Amino acid sequence: MATTSSRFLGRAMVSPAVVLLFIWMIVPLAMTIYYSFLNYNLLMPGMQEFIGWLNYEYFLTDPAFLESFYNTLLLVCGVLAITIIGGTAIAVLLDQAIVGRNIVRILVLAPFFVMPTVSALVWKNMFMNPVNGLFAHLFTFFGFEAYDFLSQAPLASIILIVSWQWLPFAALILLTAIQSLDQEQLEAAELDGAGPMARFFLIVVPHLSRAITAVILIETIFLLSVFAEILVTTNGGPGYASTNITYLIYSQSLLDFDVGAGSAGGIIAVILANIVAIFLMRMIGKNLEK
Amino acid sequence: MGNITLKQVTKNFDGHEVIQPLDLSIENGEFVVFVGPSGCGKSTMLRMIAGLEDVSSGKIEIDGQDATETPPAKRGLAMVFQSYALYPHMSVRNNIAFPLKRTKMDAALIKDKVEKVAETLNLAAYLDRRPGQLSGGQRQRVAIGRAIVREPSAFLFDEPLSNLDAALRVNMRLEISQLHKDLKTTMIYVTHDQVEAMTMADKIVVFNAGNIEQVGSPMALYRHPVNKFVAGFIGSPKMNFIDIEETVEGQPVTCMGVRPEHLVLSDTAGTWKGKVGVLEHLGSDTFLHVDIPGVKLTVRADGNCPYEYGDEVYVSPIPNQVHYFDSIGNAVCNESIARTTASVSSISKTADS
Ligand SMILES: Nc1ncnc2c1ncn2[C@@H]1O[C@H](COP(=O)(O)OP(=O)(O)OP(=O)(O)O)[C@@H](O)[C@H]1O
Ligand SMILES: [Mg+2]
Repeated sequence: MATTSSRFLGRAMVSPAVVLLFIWMIVPLAMTIYYSFLNYNLLMPGMQEFIGWLNYEYFLTDPAFLESFYNTLLLVCGVLAITIIGGTAIAVLLDQAIVGRNIVRILVLAPFFVMPTVSALVWKNMFMNPVNGLFAHLFTFFGFEAYDFLSQAPLASIILIVSWQWLPFAALILLTAIQSLDQEQLEAAELDGAGPMARFFLIVVPHLSRAITAVILIETIFLLSVFAEILVTTNGGPGYASTNITYLIYSQSLLDFDVGAGSAGGIIAVILANIVAIFLMRMIGKNLEK
Repeated sequence: MGNITLKQVTKNFDGHEVIQPLDLSIENGEFVVFVGPSGCGKSTMLRMIAGLEDVSSGKIEIDGQDATETPPAKRGLAMVFQSYALYPHMSVRNNIAFPLKRTKMDAALIKDKVEKVAETLNLAAYLDRRPGQLSGGQRQRVAIGRAIVREPSAFLFDEPLSNLDAALRVNMRLEISQLHKDLKTTMIYVTHDQVEAMTMADKIVVFNAGNIEQVGSPMALYRHPVNKFVAGFIGSPKMNFIDIEETVEGQPVTCMGVRPEHLVLSDTAGTWKGKVGVLEHLGSDTFLHVDIPGVKLTVRADGNCPYEYGDEVYVSPIPNQVHYFDSIGNAVCNESIARTTASVSSISKTADS
């Protein structure tokens, strides 16, 4: 894009896509903002009236908000930690020349192709069910009492389920990153007297830092909006113990029929997501400059 | 100390024999160059010495101790890779300090050593940069610095200069030779560039298809190549080979080899008559490609040689600078350089007819 005319042409060419994307984004956003200032309850259609910031006040002072905010953070951070540490471990394993490596690779990747609702149901009914679940059988087999994961540790269980879904993604990205590491660097480090641990932490992990940043960014975008897994397993309960902001917005607008408060929650979620995004972009910018 | 001895070392990759059983001994302080065409197993050999590749059979001894099973870090050897293999996320300082930090060395001492090495390699100004911010030659020096700082008993270089441009290559060649004179440490240097081999080596090892063809000093290889392969590989431009049917000192020979610098040109008389083809003027020298019946000869002449394209010239070999090879390519009566003019003139008849 060196000359003025080619730059102009470039802009002209991308403009339809940009305009389309912009409309796609701005129309729903504008409507949500509009609704968030209305007293809009689905049980009383046609009674909408402008009520100013009341919806926001209502949403923010709701004790459920703080709890679900906290849950959202915990969910995102927990899943990120598990998938990145576990993903790195799997990637390192898959990088070794083990027998049947290709089959193992496909097996590792499989959970990513299972729909969230399906995988949540599988976990709920086949593993975590206190009566029929595999875990319950294991526990009783070893002489423990069956543990009701979803009611006793609801958030942790959901973190486990979501981690299981995202582990393949992290492992795959990190595997390609590991494979792009120049083997001579590792050999040089070996000659320089670095043992396996030193080689891993001093050479491999720094090499992975970019890929890890990419995984964090992409996963965060999706993890902020985890919904199906909660709906299928715990319905946000018990109490608000496994409600995240996405689920809270859903329950406000569709369970309590309060579209106004739901919209206000949506706008708050957008603001929070943007704050996270700014942090992440900073971090990535720093990491990618290297 | 840096004596390295290879005893009947072989290497198989999935049943494919890459190194055939070979013996080699490298004395302390020697500059040994492995040369050979691409794919002949030079890198593999070097990596086996370094311990990065297992030997399939045979023994490697370092300073008289069997080191065949010793892990690479314990062999006391430092390697400089073709791709430099610098650690991209570390500063030059940390790159050079890396091997020292793996030992339990005092931080102040490490700093001292790194700075001293940086000083000798002209890297002092770049210590806080990352490898990505350096030129090829500077990266090469960092890689060498990382090797020197460990004070290894031997250095292994795998084509360290092949990524550099021609001028820089000549420079670095000198620097490495100088380094060898200063440190007096054993160096094993892999290259496929015979000029590097000739100029740097105390001892050249010529590899071909997993075999050692000949071991010797550069001049010994130049003067007395044991076979056609070595004769053709050492020396630039390449030796001329002329097919003949002859008996030299009682042995049948099928090929005669003369180096371009051992051919003389004449307007009036000589062994072969030919036509001057392409001329390459290098300033100091001129390489003439002369067509004589049956062969093309490369002749090295003076910088201001009077011939031009298409001229008729006579070419004759300097009598005692001719090599003879038998049907399987081995040199015949290699040591007897004094050859009779009679035998040369008899060859001219076969070439003319
Ligand atoms: N890991 C490997 N697996 C199988 N074959 C290999 C492996 N490494 C090298 N080879 C084979 O061994 C032979 C020697 O390779 P090597 O790298 O030692 O050649 P080289 O002499 O260093 O060549 P170059 O001058 O091109 O670097 C080649 O034929 C190569 O294909
Ligand atoms: Mg090589």
